[in-house]
Order: sequence, then structure tokens, then C-alpha cells
Amino acid sequence: MPVSERRLRELEGLANLARKRIVKMICKAKSGHPGGSLSAIDIITVLYFHAMQHDPKRPDWEDRDRFVLSKGHAAPAQYATLAEAGYFPVEKLDTLRQMGSDLQGHPDMKRLPGIEISTGSLGQGITVAVGMALGLRLDKKANRVYCMIGDGECQEGSVWEAALAAHHYAVDNLTVFLDRNELQIDGPTEQVMALEPLADKWKAFGWHVIEVQGHDINQIVKAIDEAKETHGKPTMIIAHTVKGKGVSFMEGSVKFHGNAPSSEELCKALEDLDKCRGSQP
Amino acid sequence: MTKDEASEVKPPWKMSVNNRDAFGQTLLELGRENTNIVALNADLSGSTKTSVFAKEFPKRFFNCGIAEQCMMGMAAGLATTGKIAVPSTFAVFATGRVYDFIRQSIAYPKLSVKIVATHAGVTVGGDGASHQITEDIALMRALPNMRVVVPADAIETDRAFRAIVKEPGPFYFRIGRSATPIVLPNDYEFHLGKAGLLRDGKDLTFIACGVMVPQALWAAEMLKKRGIDARVLNMSTIKPIDKDAILKAARETKFIISCEEHSIIGGLGSAIAEQVVQEVPVPMKIIGVRDCFGQSGEAEDLMCAMNLTAKDLAAEAEQMLKK
Repeated sequence: MPVSERRLRELEGLANLARKRIVKMICKAKSGHPGGSLSAIDIITVLYFHAMQHDPKRPDWEDRDRFVLSKGHAAPAQYATLAEAGYFPVEKLDTLRQMGSDLQGHPDMKRLPGIEISTGSLGQGITVAVGMALGLRLDKKANRVYCMIGDGECQEGSVWEAALAAHHYAVDNLTVFLDRNELQIDGPTEQVMALEPLADKWKAFGWHVIEVQGHDINQIVKAIDEAKETHGKPTMIIAHTVKGKGVSFMEGSVKFHGNAPSSEELCKALEDLDKCRGSQP
Repeated sequence: MTKDEASEVKPPWKMSVNNRDAFGQTLLELGRENTNIVALNADLSGSTKTSVFAKEFPKRFFNCGIAEQCMMGMAAGLATTGKIAVPSTFAVFATGRVYDFIRQSIAYPKLSVKIVATHAGVTVGGDGASHQITEDIALMRALPNMRVVVPADAIETDRAFRAIVKEPGPFYFRIGRSATPIVLPNDYEFHLGKAGLLRDGKDLTFIACGVMVPQALWAAEMLKKRGIDARVLNMSTIKPIDKDAILKAARETKFIISCEEHSIIGGLGSAIAEQVVQEVPVPMKIIGVRDCFGQSGEAEDLMCAMNLTAKDLAAEAEQMLKK
């Protein structure tokens, strides 16, 4: 079901707030991955504030939907969202990557409620998500499993092992987002190790494939609805995104894949985000 | 004692049984008792004997094809939904091939995944070095949260597997390909983290695991003929190691000989030495595969070529007593 105009503005506002928190926490931590966090945040916002059944007061509620951040380096995006949803106080975001913090550089399920599986080593979360989906199906539960992988991550062979298995076992309770921001640490994906034609590849592996503009809330919502209505096969939503989306000097920049902004850059980033859609009027 | 003299001593066991068959049967029985148990395989369900479980519980069995990484990840995912996941394949693929998956997705999140590795060590035989892993214990032992169990015979395979399925969290369970002598009684009870005293002695202690346990018992019989009194400990839990049993042996006997069908680097011998050197430094000899790859051949011939027989153990004990 499409969201109302008012709800759309609310979701854009939540994504914008999360963007500000992402750049702030990474600046404070002096390390982290802003680019891939900013490209992923609109999808993660829609998942937690629109699509998923979950309860921040009961992180281990049996009937919750699961989200697996296979591209674990986008942890700041998930942390900002979990904090806003109420899994933990927003102030905790200031502790990112610090000694003793529950906000590890990459998500740790043993430390932080709301994290379904510890990730960080690429190509693994999607295989775990397949197992989760199978486990829920064995128990005849209606819960869904959502997963997000990076485009560079698709260079890991195990992603394609998972692609085979999810199709073979027809796990239609699994929906995977591919954050297609076209950049990885060493440069454009197509120069480092070409991935295209990505949609054809996933189709050939037997998945239902949807392509969306990954910063368009309505398109994301619609694609999730379509995935829920897809039976007998898993769904891959290829989300075309911009790395560093919303911060002018981070957009399309390889430098900000894994580098923190300086204090001056943070000021500029926050100014940019104030001008974005969804910024508070 | 010459090797000919030693060969007059008969082996102290009556029959041999395949640990893999014991595991397959136990998994099936546990599967009947507990619907939360799921098994995974990577195109080796016949060899790992998980096929019997697959036949009775097709919905709880997932063949992942020749994709061990995906198998470990799926096992982790199933475990997050409350299942007890039992992925199984040859030891070489169950460890080295998927080390990072075990590290990141199973050990770090401490999930109830019981990795059953079959065809470990050189007794794989004909397949040769590509399939004869002798560094798997080292790899698994070094992982935080991971516990390592190497049963001595089919009886312990059954008892120990039942125990690790009850115990939450990850395990590495290592068995071989070949039939193994039965050395434990039918009423044997497995206690995680506790060595089994199979034979008491005051002169020296053999601490062995897996297929080397019967060899150590046999060696003790050979030594008895020469008036040498050897203690034999079955150290089936390599992690957490039974520190008390090791230190007791170090205090009460003159030296320790560790015996494993695994590299002398990082395995049972290393685990024992870590305790001995820090607490009760007594002489030790670590018997195992001497930092080399194996080769094709009959299991028995390979064990002879690698000096992993009862005679080798007995000879080593006599050498050390002379020092």
C-alpha cells in the first residue's frame, strides 16, 4: 500500500535526521564509512519505520521481521535508525567505535539489541539471511527476512552461493536489497571488477528482480509490497543509489567510502542536509 | 624393546566400528527426540552419514550443494531462529575452506552450530594430501567461543555428540573416515572438558585423542612387558582442556607424551604444553604429524610412515626414560 503524502514527508524527515546523525557520529568517532551509510539510509528508514514488524521494547519478540545488514560497514545507518526507533538512547550514538561501546565498528549482535547477526566480513550476511528465512519457514511463521548487500559485496563468491540456495529452497520470505551505489574502495565497481548486467544475473539465478531509485521512498515502499506478493522465489530489489547521498562533497566520492569527515567538513555536511528534502521546516 | 618384541603384544581391543556410522545414527535418534535439530550438508551426505537423518527428516535437512561457505552461513541463520544446526562435511572443507564464516558468523555471535567434521587427518587415505587436513584442531582451537571435541571411538562419538547438542553455543566435532577400535565401555559417560583416565600409571602419561587413543593403550601394554607403568588419558575435549588432569599427570608421572593424528603445531600437544610449561614444567614429547602434508596410501601405512603407531609411542617412551 502506498504511503500518504504526510507519511512520506515523515519518512523523508526521519531519513534526513538519520543522515545528520550518521555524519556526526562518524566525525566524532574519527573513522567509519559515511558513503555507504548515506546511500543505504532511505531503504533502512523505510524498513524500520514502515515495512517491518518489530518492537524496540522487545528486541527478541518471536514474531518480528528480521533485518540483516550484510554490508556491515554501513552500521552507522542501522545504529541511527535503531536509536530513533527506540532500541537505545540516541546519546549512545556518540560512543560509536569507542572502547567499551556497544556500537562496534561493525554490528555485534551480542552487544546491541536489534542486531540480528554480527556482520562485517562481506558475503556472509546474505547466507545467514537464507538460513534465517528457512528457520522461520520451518516454524511456519509469517515473519519476513530483509537483507541488504552492497554492490561491491557481489564480488564475493558466497553471495552467489546464497543466490543459488535461496532460489533452490524457494525462500519467498526473503527480500534482499542491493545498494547499487556503483563505488567501492578502489574505485567504480565496473573498473575494479565489473558486475553488470546485475539485474540479468539475479534473474538468471531465479530471483524476482525489481529495480528502484534507492532514494525514492515511494518506490522503495512499492517494491517491498511487490516482494511480499511474490511467491515461490526470493526477491532482489536493486536500489540505484548515490554514495554519500545528501552531502555534496561526499556524493560519488570514493574518498568517503571509509573516511570520517573533519569538523569543518561536518559543518558543511550539516548545512547541505539542512537544505535537503525532509529537513525540518 | 625391539619392534619385533613389541609386535608380540596383542592390541587391547576386540572390534572396530566406524565413528561416522555412530554419528549418523545418533543424529537420527536425537532428531527424533528434538524437532529443533536441523542438519546441513555440502554434497557429502552419504560420506558424513547424515543421509539417514535426511531420509527421515527431509524438511529439516538442507543440502547446500558444493557450497560450504553458504552451508556455514545458513547454519548460523538457522541457529538464530532457535534451531540447533549441525553442518557436516569433510574436515578439510569444514574448517580451512570456511574459516572466516565460522569465525564471523558462528563463533563471534556464539551460535548453537555443531560443526561435525568427518574424514579428518591422514587416515582419509587414498584421497591424498588435498583431503588430509592436519591443522583443523589448531584452527578451531584458536577461535574464541569455539569448543573442540575429538571422540576416541564410536561409543564416545555417540555420548559426546549427545552432550554437545545439549550444550548451547558452537562446537567443532572431529571424526575420521576409518573404522576405529572400540576402547570405551558401553556404560561410558562423557563429561565435557574432562579427560578420561583409561589406565593409571606412575612412570609416564600418554595423553591422546581420537584414533591415537587405542594406539596409546596398546603402547602402554607393550611397555608393561618391560616393567614400565604408563598412564593413559583420553583427552577428547581439547577445548576447554582439562587442566587438572594434565597437571596431575605432570606432578605424578615423570613426563608426558601427547599423541594426535594432527600437526604437532597447534593441536592437542600444544594445548597440553600451554598448561605444562606455565604450571608444572616436566619433559614432554609431542607426537603427531611433523609439519608436513600427507600423501595417498592406506590409512595404516600412512600412520606407520608418520610414526603414529603404538610401537612408535612405546619406543618414544623408552627413549625418554633413558634420558
